[in-house]
Amino acid sequence: MATELNKEKPLIVTQTIDHPRQSVFGSFFSVFLENKAAVVGGLIILFYIFIAIFAPVLAPYHPHEINLDNKLTPPSIEHWMGTDDKGRDILSRILYGSRLSMGVGFAAVIFGAFFGISLGLIAGYYGKWIDSIIMRCMDVLLAFPGILLALAIVSALGPSLVNVTIAVGAFSVPLFARIVRGSTLEVKQLEYIDAIRSLGAKDGTIIFKHILPNILSPIIVQGTLRVATAILSAAGLSFLGLGAQPPSSEWGTMLSSGRDFLFTAPYIAIFPGLAIAFLVLGFNIFGDGLRDAFDPRMKK
Amino acid sequence: MLMFILRRLIQTIPVIFGVTIVVFIIMQLVPGDPAVLLAGEGATSETIEALRVQLGLNQPLYAQYIDYVVNIFRGDLGTSLKNDQPVLDEILIRLPITLELAIFSTIITIVLGMVAGIISAIKPYSIIDTVVMVIALLGISLPSFWFGLMLMYGFSVKLQIFPVAGWDSIAHIVLPAFTLGAGGAAIVARMTRSSMLEVIRQDYIRTARAKGVKERVIVYKHALRNALIPVITVVGLQFGALLGGTVLVESIFAINGLGRMIVDSIRMRDLPMVQGGVLVASMVFVLVNLLVDILYRFFNKRIELN
Repeated sequence: MATELNKEKPLIVTQTIDHPRQSVFGSFFSVFLENKAAVVGGLIILFYIFIAIFAPVLAPYHPHEINLDNKLTPPSIEHWMGTDDKGRDILSRILYGSRLSMGVGFAAVIFGAFFGISLGLIAGYYGKWIDSIIMRCMDVLLAFPGILLALAIVSALGPSLVNVTIAVGAFSVPLFARIVRGSTLEVKQLEYIDAIRSLGAKDGTIIFKHILPNILSPIIVQGTLRVATAILSAAGLSFLGLGAQPPSSEWGTMLSSGRDFLFTAPYIAIFPGLAIAFLVLGFNIFGDGLRDAFDPRMKK
Repeated sequence: MLMFILRRLIQTIPVIFGVTIVVFIIMQLVPGDPAVLLAGEGATSETIEALRVQLGLNQPLYAQYIDYVVNIFRGDLGTSLKNDQPVLDEILIRLPITLELAIFSTIITIVLGMVAGIISAIKPYSIIDTVVMVIALLGISLPSFWFGLMLMYGFSVKLQIFPVAGWDSIAHIVLPAFTLGAGGAAIVARMTRSSMLEVIRQDYIRTARAKGVKERVIVYKHALRNALIPVITVVGLQFGALLGGTVLVESIFAINGLGRMIVDSIRMRDLPMVQGGVLVASMVFVLVNLLVDILYRFFNKRIELN
């Protein structure tokens, strides 16, 4: 034991000398910035956000502008990604479509996170039968494979982008609930929570002011990775004709239209698919980087 | 082991009931009166009322749910609104095709994923490792419905190696199974790599090396065997994703499986078919999870049922 203490002592001193003023955020950013892939992921996301905001400025044509004289034109100087069967510029449609596809992804995750976090906090904090009931319900939702739950919801509510957002968000709820419940159970056992409670703090104050801020890291990581899944699922449902409807420039809908011209004009399907793949890739590697940065075991 | 299986079976029962409740509730969200929908346009109010009584729609919701569950146990999943055929008959025709597709895809997921993961783990942080992991990351990020279309364009339209669509021969299976299995393979590759690296760092591997055991024996006999345990769980979870993914892949390759049946039924507003399809697919998933848990226990007896 004495030997262990002697070993630890110089380590602490060294760390203090090496990083005398490094805060928690400083440590997080240094680990994050060391992960080059994660930085690339962040830049990809920023690039897409930039495109979504400035689509009206960047797009050379209006996304719904039909020009039948120019239909099925292969990529050229005038139309960098070619035109579709109605002569609409594919690049312009992809630029505008980023608003819809990213919007659905973010909205679905916010929807799922709101209910998932609330249920997870309640289950983890109150425990006992409340915990059992909530978590058994979450188990049931997790018993639905892949996007089948979303399909069932869309079949009931009807095909539309809003309903797809609700449906995709619904199957994120149990995932957030599980993570938040686990983290809440850990944090509520800490001494400072007992101290706050003994000072007379109400449950709501303890949950939202003292527990939630301390369990944000796993929520942020899960949220980032879920945006990627949500974008894929929403595009998939639109591809099946159950989400955004033509002439929408949502990427899944564009891919679905391009499918009919796969033999003659494959570029109609190629570019929206690439747009989805790069955005999802960005979220995946950014999420991986965040996970490493938040994980204390990854810090040197 | 028998006690474990029995306990897991008992635990599965409430989940199955939960699934029936969720499917039942979702179908209650459908706007409008199901009797009006079923009776069709121009039906008289007497016909609609008679249909409502016949279907039990005049009863309270809990009574309707009990009827629904009792009918499920009798093997009655309702009747299709489009062709008046029992839903179960249609499902029994479609389900084997979907299961076949899912099984072939799972084989691709396991073989491709594990080989890639092992290659990466043997030489961590090398160029090969980086390339394999970048491909795996791309595999996770590619939309399966786009990947399927691109495979179809490359191998069916351009190279004409595989047929474009259908489900008649082994050649028809390759592209859909690869489309579906590739994403899972990427996840399994990442899991196998990290699991292998964790095992390789263990003391007993170091001891084996110190004793002069050949590297090949260490990797394949000692490390892989233990590294596979967490991979089993991932493969099990992937089977659920595969079942969901069949919806998209079956639509792309015009395969008459359960997934395509559900999508077509949604388009035609044939709700009993949707309800039956989603219910059966979820039941299959629950049972596969049960099987995976049992396998996991079989391979790793240290895990106790909590």
